Amino acid sequence: MPEHRAAPLRPALRATGLRKRFGDHQVLDGVDLEVAPGSVHALLGPNGAGKTTTVRIVCGLLRADEGRAEIAGHDVVAHSRAARGALGLSGQYAAVDEHLTGFENLHLLGRLYGMSRRRAAERAEELLDRFRLDDVAGRRAGLYSGGMRRRLDLAGALVARPQVVVLDEPTTGLDPRSRLDMWAVIEDLLLDGVAVLLTTQYLEEADRLADLITVIDRGVVIARGSAEELKERVQGATLALQVRDGAGLAHAARALGAVGLGEPWVDHRTGRASIATDRGPEVMAELLAHLARVEVELVDLGLHRSSLDDVFLALTGHGAETTTDGDPV
Amino acid sequence: MSTRTETRTDVTSEATLLAAGAETLRNGFVLTGRNMRHVARIPGRITTGLVQPVMFVVLFAFVFGGSLGGEDYRRFLMAGIFAQSMVFNASFTTVGLANDLQKGIVERFRSLPMSPLAVILGRTTSDMVVGVATLVVTALCGLAVGWRVEGSAADAALAFLVLVLFGFAMSWVGATVGVFARTVEVAQSAGLIWLFPLSLISTAFVSAENMPTPLREFAAWNPVSAVATSVRDLLGNPTPATLPQPDTWSLQHPTLYAVLSSLAVLAVFMPLVLARYKRLTRG
Ligand SMILES: Nc1ncnc2c1ncn2[C@@H]1O[C@H](COP(=O)(O)OP(=O)(O)OP(=O)(O)O)[C@@H](O)[C@H]1O
Ligand SMILES: [Mg+2]
Repeated sequence: MPEHRAAPLRPALRATGLRKRFGDHQVLDGVDLEVAPGSVHALLGPNGAGKTTTVRIVCGLLRADEGRAEIAGHDVVAHSRAARGALGLSGQYAAVDEHLTGFENLHLLGRLYGMSRRRAAERAEELLDRFRLDDVAGRRAGLYSGGMRRRLDLAGALVARPQVVVLDEPTTGLDPRSRLDMWAVIEDLLLDGVAVLLTTQYLEEADRLADLITVIDRGVVIARGSAEELKERVQGATLALQVRDGAGLAHAARALGAVGLGEPWVDHRTGRASIATDRGPEVMAELLAHLARVEVELVDLGLHRSSLDDVFLALTGHGAETTTDGDPV
Repeated sequence: MSTRTETRTDVTSEATLLAAGAETLRNGFVLTGRNMRHVARIPGRITTGLVQPVMFVVLFAFVFGGSLGGEDYRRFLMAGIFAQSMVFNASFTTVGLANDLQKGIVERFRSLPMSPLAVILGRTTSDMVVGVATLVVTALCGLAVGWRVEGSAADAALAFLVLVLFGFAMSWVGATVGVFARTVEVAQSAGLIWLFPLSLISTAFVSAENMPTPLREFAAWNPVSAVATSVRDLLGNPTPATLPQPDTWSLQHPTLYAVLSSLAVLAVFMPLVLARYKRLTRG
């Protein structure tokens, strides 16, 4: 899906060669990003990869040591006011005023964006409805649950209908329904031509929303492409089954070994087994033929293309908890 | 589209500067409203604001007043308490600003196309409103212990303006302490230490006669002394003969000196707060 990279539209958000060092820790080491209007660019990476640092620099909240960023064509440092005028940000930690109600929080932001009292009130009502906060609109944000605060903060990012929306882990801490709501909100933004940069820990989210995914690790971009392109980089698929009776598991594993690549993975507790394969669905017929001979009864059988999770683990080569060498753990 | 906005940011004509100034004032006003809601909602905030002036009047009038001249002293004393209240009012600015800086809300403010000046202006302005309320409560307490306005209404109004201007200036000093404090804990402890020497090494409550020379000099030129003396003169409250005042220029022209020193404080501290706030929020 390379068309967005050749898109005629000027990117709404662009960062080039971002470098940032905290003490002797090089947190960003040359990150480039572009987001076209009406598209979502997802930033993935393990904890501490530098996602939030990138977001803060792009939004002008943190100065990069090197590199520059612009929003809607405005340099975030030299023309920070114009850049911020086109930006809606929801940071990793909700920035709401605990002493104000949900309504007052959004009304205040509307007023600070220059709206009249009435306009700000209308916009606040709209957003409270959109984010299902209308029931608690009159309650102080300090009394909100974590997910409500998060939603209020996201609503705050949209008050002035920005051209560029930057969301740092927007759905962390949201229940499944609120997450779906959030996705719908983002899809609506795209219809209006808004450019969205989001970071996420949920690969499913990136898969579903993002036109372009950038994977960063230890401050460098290690992969970029559409979800499909990234999945192709991790070849093949997984053939997985579950047996009804644990006694048949050994037979089943042997059958998997006969049709797949390498050693099968076996879990005796759940009666599941799986194996990697580079073949198409015909491999399933072959497996069933093997199993019919030994009379093993299956509960489940499936052939899955590699998920973004597999891609993520393959690319970063280490779990999310692993930190760089110098880091205290 | 981008061409239009670029032109706007490049042209720095007087008109755009004026528009930017008006916008900052407007946002400062909006944030003043927000801060006033906080005053009403933070538990204990109103109580502290009311108890403090009552406590000052009662303590000074009856604890010191007894040995310093009773009724006469109480008439003398009130101007000093007004001035002191304006100094102590700065503590609300310090704590309020440190609080905002420690909370996530400051990140939100920074992501808005708003001058950082508006955030601090909103804070100092709302604290000025609180300061006015404090003056009213203090005056009521004063009336209860026998103090009276003995001058003209116009002079009383001028005295009020001198106090408010001075309070506003002190609020910017408080803001400076707030942005340097980094945490609310530091702001609430070390950040409030300066209030005591500034308000007490003055002629607000006592004569400077018996102070050691350096303190006497400090007291003579301390704006708190000038504010207290100015207010005392304007309200027509006499200075008892037992409390001789230094005859420095500052106290011979107390109103002028009070206004000038307030403006000087603003001129020094406004840019200081702003520079520090910008630095803090840059990283
Ligand atoms: N102000 C700071 N001072 C020192 N180190 C910092 C600072 N901010 C971030 N770091 C370090 O920079 C690295 C990247 O942090 P960042 O918050 O960008 O990671 P992230 O990718 O957003 O992680 P997560 O998924 O946990 O949110 C971390 O090692 C972090 O400790
Ligand atoms: Mg982060």
